[in-house]
Amino acid sequence: MKSFLKYREIWLLAGIVVLIGLISTRFPGFADPANLRQVFNDTSILMILALGQMVVILTRSIDLSMASNLCFTGMVVAMLNAAHPAIPIPVLIVIALLVGLVLGAINGFLVWRLNIPSIVVTLGTLTIYRGATFVVSGGAWVNADQMSPDFINFQRVAFLGLPVLSWIALLVIALFFLVMTRTQIGRSIYAIGVNPTASVYAGIDVGRTKFIVFCISGMIGGLAGYLWISRYVIASVEVANGYELNIIAACVIGGISIAGGIGSVGGAVLGALFLGIISNALPVINISPFWQMAISGSAIILAVVLNARGERRQGRIILRKAEAA
Amino acid sequence: MDTTAQRKPETQRPEPSGLSQSASPRLTLSGISKSFPGVRALHNVSLSLYPGQVTALIGENGAGKSTLVKIMTGIYQPDSGEIGIDGQATALPSAHAAFGHGITAIHQETVLFDDLSVAENIFLGHAPRTRFGTIDWRTMRKNAREVLETMRAGHIDADARLKDLGIANKHLVAVARAMSIDARIVIMDEPTAALSMKEIEELFLLIEFLKSEGKAVLFISHKFDEIYRIADRYTVFRDGEMVGEGLLKDAGQNEIVRMMVGRNVDHIFPQREPKIGAPVLSVSGLSHPTEFDDIGFELRKGEILGFYGLVGAGRSEVMQAIAGITRTSRGAISLDGQTIAPKSAADSIEAGIVYVPEERGKQGVVIGLPIFQNVSLPSLARTSKSGVLRLAEEFSLARSYTERLDLRASSLSQDVGTLSGGNQQKVVIAKWLATAPKVIILDEPTKGIDIGSKAAVHGFMAELVAQGLSVIMVSSELPEILGMSDRVVVMREGRVAATYDNKGLDAETLVRTAAGIAA
Repeated sequence: MKSFLKYREIWLLAGIVVLIGLISTRFPGFADPANLRQVFNDTSILMILALGQMVVILTRSIDLSMASNLCFTGMVVAMLNAAHPAIPIPVLIVIALLVGLVLGAINGFLVWRLNIPSIVVTLGTLTIYRGATFVVSGGAWVNADQMSPDFINFQRVAFLGLPVLSWIALLVIALFFLVMTRTQIGRSIYAIGVNPTASVYAGIDVGRTKFIVFCISGMIGGLAGYLWISRYVIASVEVANGYELNIIAACVIGGISIAGGIGSVGGAVLGALFLGIISNALPVINISPFWQMAISGSAIILAVVLNARGERRQGRIILRKAEAA
Repeated sequence: MDTTAQRKPETQRPEPSGLSQSASPRLTLSGISKSFPGVRALHNVSLSLYPGQVTALIGENGAGKSTLVKIMTGIYQPDSGEIGIDGQATALPSAHAAFGHGITAIHQETVLFDDLSVAENIFLGHAPRTRFGTIDWRTMRKNAREVLETMRAGHIDADARLKDLGIANKHLVAVARAMSIDARIVIMDEPTAALSMKEIEELFLLIEFLKSEGKAVLFISHKFDEIYRIADRYTVFRDGEMVGEGLLKDAGQNEIVRMMVGRNVDHIFPQREPKIGAPVLSVSGLSHPTEFDDIGFELRKGEILGFYGLVGAGRSEVMQAIAGITRTSRGAISLDGQTIAPKSAADSIEAGIVYVPEERGKQGVVIGLPIFQNVSLPSLARTSKSGVLRLAEEFSLARSYTERLDLRASSLSQDVGTLSGGNQQKVVIAKWLATAPKVIILDEPTKGIDIGSKAAVHGFMAELVAQGLSVIMVSSELPEILGMSDRVVVMREGRVAATYDNKGLDAETLVRTAAGIAA
C-alpha cells in the first residue's frame, strides 16, 4: 500500500509539473524559481489547513467548521491586536492556537461523548462559529489601519530567501510528517480509519483518537486564522466564507480517501499546491474564472476516479476471502 | 381455498401424501460441487425436494449448507453438477432466474425492506399495474390482504411499515411474498433462530400450511426437536459432502448425530504431553442481561480449554466480556488470583488476556497497513517511547513473531491485504502473541483457512501451551475441539451445559450436549 501511495503521489506531482509546463507556454515567467516560490507562499495557508483536515478525514470524519474557526480566531486576534498593539506576535500566535484548540475540542467532544456524526456536529458549529464572530465583533470590521505594523509584517519578513509564512508552512508540513509516520497517535489515526473494529480489539480508544484529531484541526484552524487576517489585512464576518470546500477539495485531489484510512502528508500538500497553481496562474493567462472552477472540479472527480480504481482491486480480494470463509 | 382443514394440531398431522416412491421430486440437485480459492465448499452433493413435504438439511457449521442455499437461489454458480426442476434440467444463472422458477428463500434475518409497507414488500417487483403502467395501489393492497388472509395472517395490516412488525410477523410477510409469486420451492434458513417459543409455534403452523399448498420446503435448523416436529425427510451434510438422506420416521436422533460427526481423519493434530499447572484464569457467575447467564469455568496454566456449542450459544459473547470489549453486569474474573474488571480491550491486554476475534477481515487484520504495523498495533505502547515510535523495535518484534509462525511474505512492509487467508490469520495471531499475554483466547482460529495453514495454527497452539501460556479455543469444528483441547466446556443457550475432560470423549456426546438431546 505504501509503495502504491507513493505511486499515486508521483502521478499528482507529474500532473503539477505538466500543468506548470502548459502554463509556461502561455506565460513564460511562470516556471521561474522566484515565481514558484511566490506560488508556494500564496498556497501556504491552504496547505496548512489541508493537513489539519487530512487527519480528520483519515479517521472517517470531516471538519466543516475549519473556515469558520479561522474566521472567529482571526477576528479575536485582530481585535486583541487593535486594542493592545503591545502584545508580541508570538504571544498572539499562541493565543490563536489556543482559541482554535478550544473550538476544535468542542467539535471533538460532541463527536466523542455524544456520538454525533462529525458531519452534523461541524455543520452546526460551522454556523455557530461564524455567528460567534458576529457577536464578538458586533458586525464591525478590523481594518489594516487598526492593525499594528508587526501584526501585518511578521509573515512577510524574508528569512533565508523565503518569507516567514512559507517557513511556517514548511514547519507544519515537517511536524505533520513526523506525527503521522513516527508517533503512536499517527499510527492510531490510520488504524481506526482503515478498520475501526479491529482497532477497538487492539486496544485503541477510537473516540479519544477522534477527539484528538478535532483538537488538531481546531489548532490548525486557529493558526490559519492569524495568518489569513494578517495576509489579507481585513477581519470581518465574511472572511474565508465557504473556504472549507477548498480545503476538502485539496485533500481529495491529494488522494486522501473520504472513506478514511488512506492518505499522506505529501498528498495533502500536493493537492493544495495543485489548487494554488490553478488559482494563481489561470487569471494571468486570461482564462476565465469559470474555467478555473471547472478545472478544479474536474481535478476532484479525476482524483476520486483514480483512487477508486486503485482501491477496487483490493476490494475484490476481500470479497473473495469473505465468500470462502 | 380451505385452509382451516389443514391447520390441525401436531398429533393429528396426516401422513404426508408424497412419501410413497411414486411422488417425483420438485427439485433435484445432483453431483453439485463448488470450490472457493483454497476451500472446497461442496463436493458431489445431491438433494431432492418433494412437493408437499419438508426436507430438513442437517449439518455442522461449515458443512456447506449456506453454499447450497446460495446455489439454489442463483447467487452462486456450481462448478459442476445438475439442477432439475420437475424433471427438466435447468440452470439458475442469477437470483432473478431462481425467482422465475418459483424458488424463494426466507432467511434468519429477513431480507425485506423496513421502510416499505407490508403490501409493497409482498409485491415488490411484481406489483399489479394500471392501464397507464403505474402501480395499481388499490389492487395491490387488496391482493396483499387476500394473501395474508389465506395464510390466516389477517391480523397484519397491509399498510403497516415493515419495521413496526416483530420478527415473526416479518417471516409471515416473507412467506406471503413467496405465496404471491406462486413460489413452489421455499427455503427456510434457520428461521427460528431469533424467535420466541410462541412465534416458533406460529411458524410451524405456517409451514404446515405451505405443505398443504403443495410447496416443497427445505428447512435448515440446528435444533433436533424442531426437525423431528416439522420435517418429513432429512439430508445430512458433512464437510461439503452428502452423507445420508431418507425419511425421518426411519431414523433416530443418534443415528443422525453419528452421520453428522463421523468422518475420516484427514488431519493429524500435534501430539502433546500437556503439563498442566495451577489455575490462571477463573471466571464465576459471569452474566449478561441478554447473551449469557452464570458462566463459570477455570483455565489452568499450560492448558487448552475448548469451548464448543451451536452458533448463538453465547461463546463469543462470553469471551468478549472477558476481553473487556463488552461489559458484563455481574460476575467475577480473576487472573493469577487477582480480581480484574476490564473496562476496555486495552485493560485486558495490559492484564495479559488477549482475544483473537472470529471475523478475520472485520475484527482482525487492518488491510491497507503493512504486516509489521499490523503486528505491532496492540503493542504500540511498548514499542514507543513517550508516544514516539521506535521503528527498529517494531520491526524486530514483528520479525520474531512472524518467523515463529512461518509467515510467507516477501517483506514485512507488504500490505496484509495481499496475503492469503491463512497467512492473514498468522499475522493476526502474531499480533496478539507480540503483546506477551498470559491467556490467549482464539475464536474460531481456523475457520475458512486451508488445511496447511490449519496445521500451522494447531502446531503453534501446541507450542504456546508448551511454553506455559494458557489457551481458550472457541471452535465449532468437532475434530479441532477433540484434537486440540485438554478439557471442553459445552455451552447451550447462554449457559454452561457441561464441562468434560478430553479423555475418551466422543463427538456424539458433545453434539448431544450442545443440542440438548438426552443420551
